[in-house]
Formats: sequence, structure tokens, C-alpha cells
Amino acid sequence: MRIRNHQDFWAGLMFAAIGILFAGFAQQYDFGAAARMGPGYFPTMLGILLMLLGLLVSWRSTAKSQAEHRLEPTGWREILLVLGAVIVFGLTLPWLGMVAAIALLILISAVAAHDYTWKETIISIIVLLAVAYLVFVKGLELQFPVWPKFLTAA
Amino acid sequence: MEIFDHLALGFATALSLDNLFYCFIGVLFGTLIGVLPGIGPLATIAMLLPITYKMTDPTTALIMLAGIYYGAQYGGSTTAILVNLPGETSSVVTVLDGYQMARKGRAGPALAIAAIGSFFAGTVSTIMIAAFAPPMAEIAFKFGPAEYFSLMVMGLIAAVVLAHGSVIKALAMVVFGLLLGMVGTDVNSGVARFSFDIPELTDGLSFTAVAMGIFGFGEIITNLERREKREVFTSKVGRLLPSWEEMKRSMAPIVRGTALGSFLGVLPGGGAVLASFTSYAIEKKISKTPEKFGTGMIEGVAGPEAANNAGAQASFIPMLTLGIPTNAVMALMVAGMMIHNIQPGPQVMTTNPTLFWGLIASMWIGNAMLVILNLPLIGIWIKLLTVPYRILYPAILLFCCVGVYSVNNNVFDVFMTIPFAILGYVFRKLACEPAPLLLGLVLGQLMEEYLRRAMTISRGDWSVFVTRPLSLTLLIIAAVLLVIVFMPSISKKRAQAFAEED
Repeated sequence: MRIRNHQDFWAGLMFAAIGILFAGFAQQYDFGAAARMGPGYFPTMLGILLMLLGLLVSWRSTAKSQAEHRLEPTGWREILLVLGAVIVFGLTLPWLGMVAAIALLILISAVAAHDYTWKETIISIIVLLAVAYLVFVKGLELQFPVWPKFLTAA
Repeated sequence: MEIFDHLALGFATALSLDNLFYCFIGVLFGTLIGVLPGIGPLATIAMLLPITYKMTDPTTALIMLAGIYYGAQYGGSTTAILVNLPGETSSVVTVLDGYQMARKGRAGPALAIAAIGSFFAGTVSTIMIAAFAPPMAEIAFKFGPAEYFSLMVMGLIAAVVLAHGSVIKALAMVVFGLLLGMVGTDVNSGVARFSFDIPELTDGLSFTAVAMGIFGFGEIITNLERREKREVFTSKVGRLLPSWEEMKRSMAPIVRGTALGSFLGVLPGGGAVLASFTSYAIEKKISKTPEKFGTGMIEGVAGPEAANNAGAQASFIPMLTLGIPTNAVMALMVAGMMIHNIQPGPQVMTTNPTLFWGLIASMWIGNAMLVILNLPLIGIWIKLLTVPYRILYPAILLFCCVGVYSVNNNVFDVFMTIPFAILGYVFRKLACEPAPLLLGLVLGQLMEEYLRRAMTISRGDWSVFVTRPLSLTLLIIAAVLLVIVFMPSISKKRAQAFAEED
């Protein structure tokens, strides 16, 4: 037995693991009976179904009829920068306010592009801050702190 | 005629100043993101969904969201014709002949035919919805819990079968989505499931956070990795008006495409993408010169463009009448309705007639706006195409983050997008189509509820699903679909049909 379709092999394992996890956690809840289903009934059934589907996908990935599919390399740089920017936005927004959080979000995420330049990034920040202020604060009147807490608290 | 009274009510609603304005905003955004490759209607609707919170009238909210969806079908063709890149997945086939026409200096007529075809299709399918929605809702009123459960099973399976990619993997994605739908407080017992003592999770997962993570952020990361190079067709668009001969050649394909799109759009999993592919295949098959397709045949632009717009609009029929979303965009529309405490289903037509008919009338108005947006203003969209992705995605990211935050004015939802962004990235790497997951997520709790009710009524007898004729019919359709798709001869054909897409 040899794995031909690596994508399917790992996808199948992922589904099976998720199915087992859900079915496992569902055991904390009352299972009930078919006529009177408890909160654990449907999730347990779905979890088992997902596990079976996952195993089927993995098993088929070794079939002779499958075309060869390798995994592409993971773009750690892009993932870390883009998601890191989002996390920083979430962390800073309540304390530093919208202006600082947006500036940081764009500053960090822009580096993820292979062809970014500092000049463009700075211009982006200024333009997007203006748009954000007009659209979110003035136009839609969304509720969030605009400026840092320590500046406005006084 | 009753239909005229309904439409009159609809137009009266849709023509209010507020609704006209948001309809315009919707189609404008739709065109914008349709033109830009790398951001789809799904992510945009997810992005704007929180903003609709602030709207007092749900009709206005839905009118705007709908405008984004069908507006994207128009915008997608511009990019397909001028850049040789599909702005939207539903414009993939437009690239084949549209770009060739542009190379021959016929970009103007190609764009015009695409817009005319879309407008025609939009008009016809608006009337279709008005005509077919009431009888469909009528049938839906006869449904009991068993029928609803079977209908959802059928709908989900059909969505999987008609979508592209591996069927088993798509099924697994649906089940995964259903499981994610279980997160939150169980309505019957009050038990908080899979919430791990996190108070924010007892209300269930936020649709916007999930959709944004998987579709918005996941997409951005993959796009950045690909380092896409875009070359805009620089030569002049030229005269917009097609020649008389081109008009004549396009007429029949537009009509056929409209019919096809209206039909396929109603089917679960159908919608715009499937319709445009099928239309192209049919036009090629019945053409006297099939070998010329791919060299700039106007039929290859007219048919699919009409079909994808008709398909996009027709997919509103099952959502509005049965409350069942047939594709991921409709799943978000359902979420949009639920935000305003409207449970989608056959009763919407009677309890919220202004919403129902107003939305339908707004589609026609929106289509008219789109013709103006897309033809005289084409120059603006071409300019937009020259903006590189490295400038666009931080802006997209910003709108996503603010959108997610403003749902509950809580950064928790912003952090919730992170695991789903990672999941979305993994899905793409493992070639798992993420759209079925969203369908499952929206339907999860409903499906469980109907299953419970059906089984309580039948006192635990599972045969209730096969002894009630309507339910049995729906399950048989689902079974037949599954059998068909796994038959060797069909699965080979299916692989071929979708191969052009990649």
C-alpha cells in the first residue's frame, strides 16, 4: 500500500480526527433515545459519520486509480504575518483605539507581500485611516474607541 | 392578476429612497469585488453582514446583500474579458472567448454583450421568482418535520454532487459544518455544547467569524503565496456597441443561457458557476462551428454570462420559499435574515410581504443600475484593475477585521477568525472545497431540530422518513443522485466537465 494522493490522505485523517473529537466530547451530554433525543444524540451520530467518511477518503488515496498529488509547501511567512496582524489588531483595539490598531494591522500585514515597499505602505495607512474614519466613525457610527484610552480618559 | 399586485408592492418598497441607495451600494460593491480577482462575493457579504446590524429594516439589508451577489456576476466578466483572469469563479468560461475577442480589438462588444445578456437574464429570472415562489411556498406549507429533514438531506447531497471536486470530501465538509453548527446552547435541554466554558461560545459560532476566517483570510494567504502576476489588456476597449451581426448571433445563446441558469439556479449546489459551465458546453455543442470556440466566438460570451446571472438570481427561490440555502452565499443571506429575527421559510411571504416582494423588485432595479455601472463607467473599472494586490489586501483585511468586531463590539470574534483562517488554509492545501461547510453550519441546528421533532412524533420509529410519501420521494432523489455520481462512467464525465475549471 502506497499513498498516491497525499492531499486526500491527510484530509481524510483530519476529518477522522475531528469526527472522533466531536463524538468524544459529545459523550459528556445526555444521549437520550431515538424518540427523545438528548443533546448528545445528533453530535455523536455526526461525529461517527465524519470519522467513517474521513477513513474512506484516506483509504481511497492509496488506490491505484488515484493520480499522484503531493502537498505544496506551507507559506509560514504569509500565515504568520497576516494572522499576526489580525491578532495585534484584536489586542490593541480596546486600549490603543482604532487609529493605532488599523495602522499596526496594515503595517504588519503589508510585509507579507513579496513586493511591498515602505513608501506605499505608509501611503496606504494614511488613505485607509481617512476612509475608515469617514466610513466607520462618521458614516456607520460604529461603536469603538478611536483614540488610545490613556489620552481620552483624562 | 395577483402577481401584479405583488410586484406593485415590491416596487413601492424597493423604490424608497433608502432601499434605492443601499441597492446601489450593493451592486457597486458587487461590481467592485467582481472586477477584482482574489476576493469573492462570499467574503464581501460576510464583511458587510455586520453593518446590516445597524439597519433597522431587514429589507434594506437583504437588498444590499443580494445586490453584491448578482453585481459580482457582472463585474466578473469585465476582468475575464480584459485580463484573461476570472474575476469570479462563474466567469471562468467567459475568459475562453471573451479574452480572445479583446485581443482582436472587440473588447467593447464583448463587454456590451455580457452586460446585455446579464440584464436580459436578470429581468427574466426576476419574473420567474415572482411567478414560481408562491406555488413553491404553497408546497412547503404541507411539509412536516420529517419532510423538512429529508429535504435538507436532499439539498445538502445535491449541493455536494453538483459542486466540483471530490464528492466524499465534500460530504465530509458538510458533516463537519453540521457539527460546527452544534456549538452553542442546545434549544431543547439548555445544555451548552462544545463551548468549553467560554461564555461567548454559548451563543454558537459567529457565522461572520467563520466565513471571514475561512473565505476572507484563508483566501488572502493563498493569494499571497501564489504571487499572482496580472497583465491588464492595455489596448483601447473601443466602440462598445456590438455590430448587428454580433447581436443576432448572441440572441439565441442569451435566451438559452437564461433558461438554463433559471433552472439550474433553483437546484441545490447550482447557482451561477454550474450554469455558466453548462451553457458554454451547450453553445459549443450546438454550434455549426464548434472548433472556432476559444478563438473569440461571441456566443461563448453571451450564453454563459446570461446563464450565470440567471443562476445567481434563481438560487434565491429555494432560500426564500423553503428557507433552505442552496449555496454558500445563500447560507449567508439566511444568516442575514436570522440576525433580524426572521426565520427564512414559506411563511416569510405572508408575514413579511414587503421584504419578500421588495427584495425581488430590487433585483430588477439593481440589474438596471448594473448596466449603467458597467457600460458607460467601464473606464473606472479598468483603472481599478491596475491596482496591484499588494495594495488591495491590507484594505480587505481592514474591512474584515472591523466587520467582525462590530458584530458584537467584541474582539473575541476577531480572535475566533484565527483558527478558522488556519482551517481555511489547510482546506485549500488539502484540496477541500470549503463552501459545503458553510451550508452545514447554517443548517446544523435546524436539521437536528427537525430530526428530533419527527422522531418524537413517530415515537422513535425511523421508518417515518420512508412511509410519508413526500419525505420518501426526497430521500429517493438524494439516493439516486449519490448512486449516479459514483457510477464509473458518470464520475469520469463529471471529472472532465469540471477539469476546464482548474
